[in-house]
Amino acid sequence: MCGIAGLIHRGKSSNVGRELTDMLQSLKHRGPDSTGFALYGNPKSGEYVLRFKVAEQEDMRHGFQIHHQVIERRAEVDRRLDELGVRRISEDAATEYAFRYLVSFDGDMKKLADYVEDVEGAEILSIGNALELVKDLGDASVVSDQYGLAEFGGTHAIGHTRMATESDVDIRSAHPYWAYPFNDISVVHNGQLTNYWGFRREMERRGHRFMSNCDSELIAVYLADCMERGEDLEDAMRRSVDELDGVFTYVVATADKLGMAKDVMAAKPMVLYESDDFVALASEEVAIRSIFPHEIDTYDPYEGEVMVWQS
Amino acid sequence: MAELDQAHESYELGMHTEQLSGRTQQVFFSAEESDNLVYPWAPEVDFEKSGEIDAQSLSQQEVNAEIRRLMIEGVGTITVRNPGAKHSLGVGILSRLNLHFDGSLGYFGCGLLDGPNVTVAGRVGWSCAENMMAGTVLIEKNGGSTFGAAIRGGDLVCKGDVGSRTGIDQKGGTIIVGGRAGAFSGFMMQRGRMMILGDAGKNLGDSMYDGTIYVGGKIADLGVDAVEGEMTDLDRDWLIRKLGQYGLEAPNGAQNMTKIVSGKQLWNYDNLEPTEKKLVL
Repeated sequence: MCGIAGLIHRGKSSNVGRELTDMLQSLKHRGPDSTGFALYGNPKSGEYVLRFKVAEQEDMRHGFQIHHQVIERRAEVDRRLDELGVRRISEDAATEYAFRYLVSFDGDMKKLADYVEDVEGAEILSIGNALELVKDLGDASVVSDQYGLAEFGGTHAIGHTRMATESDVDIRSAHPYWAYPFNDISVVHNGQLTNYWGFRREMERRGHRFMSNCDSELIAVYLADCMERGEDLEDAMRRSVDELDGVFTYVVATADKLGMAKDVMAAKPMVLYESDDFVALASEEVAIRSIFPHEIDTYDPYEGEVMVWQS
Repeated sequence: MAELDQAHESYELGMHTEQLSGRTQQVFFSAEESDNLVYPWAPEVDFEKSGEIDAQSLSQQEVNAEIRRLMIEGVGTITVRNPGAKHSLGVGILSRLNLHFDGSLGYFGCGLLDGPNVTVAGRVGWSCAENMMAGTVLIEKNGGSTFGAAIRGGDLVCKGDVGSRTGIDQKGGTIIVGGRAGAFSGFMMQRGRMMILGDAGKNLGDSMYDGTIYVGGKIADLGVDAVEGEMTDLDRDWLIRKLGQYGLEAPNGAQNMTKIVSGKQLWNYDNLEPTEKKLVL
């Protein structure tokens, strides 16, 4: 089933970490397997936040060797970052296997991503000026506490609570998906894509990489591919409604925008609240009510609808 | 109210003795037979007696249980404050009651109703009033998708816009939408009437068996086997009377609404059921 949510403050920052945690926690019944956050903070010129992991949570429960392996894998990632001229400004480890580096880098981002992900077990969750992508097993409160997201200040955020249906219960298959190798683009999705494999093969032929077998990852890669070829976000989303087959509602975020798209059958839910300075959207109104307990006017976007908001 | 368990309730309804035999199972209630209109265990409520529930800190099960408890006490007019878009509120009410929600409902609100008059001051989520048998549900703001799915009777009215698949599998009753309705509204509709005062989305009335859809605005396109029907004086009079009950009017006048019916080319209407064939042969 899965639950998706997003919010954007227009022209100001807020505690989007706490707000999204509350929204996703109220959607826990739609998917308790994993929870993911894509949070957009205040970007700093020339600096990037690199979020990556070197093992799955599940791996940490299998044998003693894995504890040594994650140390070795992280050291290898550090060595490769140094080799490419990436300057590490600060390093944090929320868990034994997932890390947050603040870095400065002016080289080829795709080369950087490919080289890091070539390390066994390594996956870049996100690279961004503004974006920080966190996902792990458990409900929103568990993941938010684990990664210290409750005080995250920023302009907008999207998130996902996952009910695993067609791929494994692991971080690799959890949403949001970063639109490799583009900075600051992330996607969450509720639905099923029926032309996933055909499009995946086409994207792979064009040089895009997939880390999971989850159909939702295709939307992120698809949008990245369209934007790489010069389309803006809204045009890429409109194209996706025509070209992606199946039932879906997805939410996408960039450094300064939030967007949503619904398939032509409108088979997956989305409720929207919009005021002059704030927009919130979610699979269920209860998620919006978790941050707006008073009466508000909401509505459902229609079939085939694409909407984009600026922060 | 007699305290009956579920098995007794179904026996009281004759569900264990009913003879199922094709089309002959159709039974039309007679207004003269008042016993047919009330469930045997329905609580005697007094509309003059009112009660209030604050749903703020209650789960949906607790809210529904509280409604039932007040009804057993004879309370006939209940107001639920702070419903907070919680799911499945006000469901399974099978007797007369005036029920008012002072806010919005989540998914599956007011499902499986048979008799009460419900008003909702806010919005409703997906599948509002699903399978309603009788009564009225009046919503002041917008509604989600599958609004009035499979209703068999009663009036379901939303003064705002509703989502896709409105009245999917509708088997009777009346659905009124004050604004716009999404794609596939009236999908596989079988009986009853639907009025959409605003625009209707794509595939309106797709694969409908029977029933009638009236549209006041633009129709994006018609679904398979949905065709335009001829508006009669009877249609117009009925539309004006029905809309008037809820203080509504067609924006361009009832006489200018478009009537959509089934072309009856898709399904095999003349085929007999297997058991009927045996009887004929």
